[in-house]
Amino acid sequence: MVTDSTEVLSLQGVQAYYGESHVLHGVDLSVKSGEVVSLLGRNGAGKTSTLRAILGLVGRRSGSIRVFGQECVGQSPHQVARLGVGYCPEERGIFSSLSCEENLLLPPTLSAGGMSLAEIYAMFPNLQERKNSPGTRLSGGEQQMLAVARILRTGAKLLLLDEISEGLAPVIVQALARMIRDLKAKGYTIVMVEQNFAFAEPLADRFCVMEHGQMVMSFAAAQLSEQRAQLNEYLGL
Amino acid sequence: MEIFGIPSQALFGQLLIGLINGSFYAMLSLGLAVIFGLLNIINFTHGAQYMLGAFAAYLGLTHLGLSYWASLLLAPLITGATGMLIERVMLARLYKLDHLYGLLLTFGLALIIQGLFKNHFGASGMPYAVPPIFAGSFQLGFMFLPKYRAWVIVMSLLTCLLTWYVIERTKLGAYLRAATERPELVQAFGINVPRMITLTYGFGVGLAALAGVMAAPIYQVSPLMGTDIIIVVFAVVVIGGMGSILGAILTGFGLGLVEGLTKVIYPEASNTVIFLIMIIVLLFKPAGLFGSEK
Repeated sequence: MVTDSTEVLSLQGVQAYYGESHVLHGVDLSVKSGEVVSLLGRNGAGKTSTLRAILGLVGRRSGSIRVFGQECVGQSPHQVARLGVGYCPEERGIFSSLSCEENLLLPPTLSAGGMSLAEIYAMFPNLQERKNSPGTRLSGGEQQMLAVARILRTGAKLLLLDEISEGLAPVIVQALARMIRDLKAKGYTIVMVEQNFAFAEPLADRFCVMEHGQMVMSFAAAQLSEQRAQLNEYLGL
Repeated sequence: MEIFGIPSQALFGQLLIGLINGSFYAMLSLGLAVIFGLLNIINFTHGAQYMLGAFAAYLGLTHLGLSYWASLLLAPLITGATGMLIERVMLARLYKLDHLYGLLLTFGLALIIQGLFKNHFGASGMPYAVPPIFAGSFQLGFMFLPKYRAWVIVMSLLTCLLTWYVIERTKLGAYLRAATERPELVQAFGINVPRMITLTYGFGVGLAALAGVMAAPIYQVSPLMGTDIIIVVFAVVVIGGMGSILGAILTGFGLGLVEGLTKVIYPEASNTVIFLIMIIVLLFKPAGLFGSEK
């Protein structure tokens, strides 16, 4: 059993490239077990690239990335995933040739302790109603729920969520916020990339701000009021 | 007896030939569709691999005394294994490049394989006897149906249906469909996609080799048997729509029948009718009858 102080994710001096373009310039990040960390920053600051670099979905990467204590640089994406990482991409990645339920059941079980199908349907009743519809016929909100729900089944304890609140109706955003709180209560470790600070603000334990492919700020939720002026400057609010 | 002024014997005879040809079109275009779906490579080596299957059966019989049944199992496995080797050593380096590179590589491989076989065995065909159990034919009343041809049709239908079922209705097939859409994300879920790609290519090649073994007793075993059929099969794939499994099967059988029918009605057009259909389909439905535009 991992204790609360265990480091689940650690990035040290991570550089990443897509072909010729150099997208991460020495990123450092440390996330402890059970923590909810929000990655903030403007468009193109390197937030999505950081999540993709953890999984090995960038062209080339160097530095050190440790997931549950295992070094991941040099590993293939499926090997990193099997350490217990659940990934929800920004574009949601719902498969059109699979039904809603096939989408939900697609990611293989990585370890014991994932949510059952019944628990997931209790959390997202819409998905049960639409289980036989082709994945991309679902509404934007339903597709987002599906994209998150399918990684909760796998037993992954580290979740990388990319802009899950983007472009959704307020009622769905509220449902997702409730879900994050539930997951946090269950001990999941979550790294969420957010453009929408208002969504991340009440949920995160810690905020990390990126600019030009580097971490420029990191502070606990309790320090938010004293850091707000500088944060607003970075985010251009 | 006549139907529309055509002797029924001739009509059914040609429809049967059409159905036999269609059986091979369907199996070959199915393999091409599966490979294209996941690898994004237009496998021009497919005709040569069909020929390799027939040769594996022929050489197995003449050198090792292997029966038709043993070849039906072994030839696809061996040819599929050579396919997996080709995928690992060569094709795997091309996925990030334009389609054209895969096309050129597989086309070059086809020329080399066919050239080597032609050099060694000559261009003329070698006979492969129909297995004794399939000697003779069924009297259907309106025509004779040679037993081996009936077997080919049944076997091809079963192979196609089984492949369709596995891809469209099972968990394994769900991985394949998902990886066809977004290989990167499927790998990020913890599935070894590179290995899946290798196995898929091996499976597609194995299907071609299976068709080759089945074709050996009907057509002769010749180094150029693949070049003759593969041009038509590519037209079938274009008409059905690249990457559509059901499309490949239905178009394969359908166009075999159309070809047979043309042989009765207007024999001069029988070699071109499929290409004519291809032109019409491309004009009105560029993605093919069953394909979806990306």
